[in-house]
Amino acid sequence: MNGQTEKGMSVIVKTVTRLSLGFILLYGVYITLNGHVSPGGGFAGGVIVALSLVHVMLAFGKETALKRLGAGILRFLVSMSAVIFLLIVATSFLGGRIPIDKEIVVPLCEMVIVGGGLFVVFIALVLLSKADKDSE
Amino acid sequence: MIEINLILLFMILSAMIAVGVKDLLSSVVAVGAVGVGLSLAFLVLKAPDLAMLQLVVEILSLIILIRGTIRKDLPFSTSGRWYFNTASTLVFLSIFLAAACFSLKNLVPFADPAMRVSRIYLEEAVKRPGGHNIVGAVTLGFRVLDTLAEAAILFTVVVGVLAVARKISHNKGIQR
Repeated sequence: MNGQTEKGMSVIVKTVTRLSLGFILLYGVYITLNGHVSPGGGFAGGVIVALSLVHVMLAFGKETALKRLGAGILRFLVSMSAVIFLLIVATSFLGGRIPIDKEIVVPLCEMVIVGGGLFVVFIALVLLSKADKDSE
Repeated sequence: MIEINLILLFMILSAMIAVGVKDLLSSVVAVGAVGVGLSLAFLVLKAPDLAMLQLVVEILSLIILIRGTIRKDLPFSTSGRWYFNTASTLVFLSIFLAAACFSLKNLVPFADPAMRVSRIYLEEAVKRPGGHNIVGAVTLGFRVLDTLAEAAILFTVVVGVLAVARKISHNKGIQR
């Protein structure tokens, strides 16, 4: 992410975004992983992760954000999370046990799915927006 | 209970401003004020999970509303079929209010869990799933199938948007 490109907002916003992006992502993961002892959980953590991605997209423009997190990576992460989640629920529904820590893995899968889903809604609004298409 | 009444009054006033004001940006900001009021109401009613979730979802929806809808013109027509619109609004409003009067009498009172299933949740939530946050224990332990369905909805959103947006990116030549 070089700050010299003309797309997006000003240099101040880009610098603050570059500094604060990691902390916002870390806070989302923290909310997710501490959902069983404090307020929060997978959905809230996922929304915070989606907000951090939206933050990058607003500050740097859509090309940079989509270059950082392309469709292939997004599809892989969300599909893997859905498969793991479905596997856990199906095995415990059928009475079996698989040797992973469900209290950690299930909120993480939910966080990835929720974050990817809400970010993709924002991508769709930006890509399908008529005003953006006219301005280019 | 004076705080919750003040917050409800604030939310109703903000909603009326959001409906009535002509500028679209002011309307969106007033909708955001309604959401913040709802978050504060959850906090006063001692539900910090919901308060936090409402706050972050409200921020995201405010961004989406501003980014996605603010540049479009809103057709605002005041002429034509005024009597029909007003009459139908009043009729439907009275029907809804009458139905609400009948149905709200039969609701279970607040903080009085009457059902057997929710009583089991309350008694076993700390012991069996092993978490101290009872909301998290219920949503991840007892009701994980609900969470799975909710994740399935968002997964469908991801797949659908990626399938729709690919064609547009090819036309415009954006590398994705």
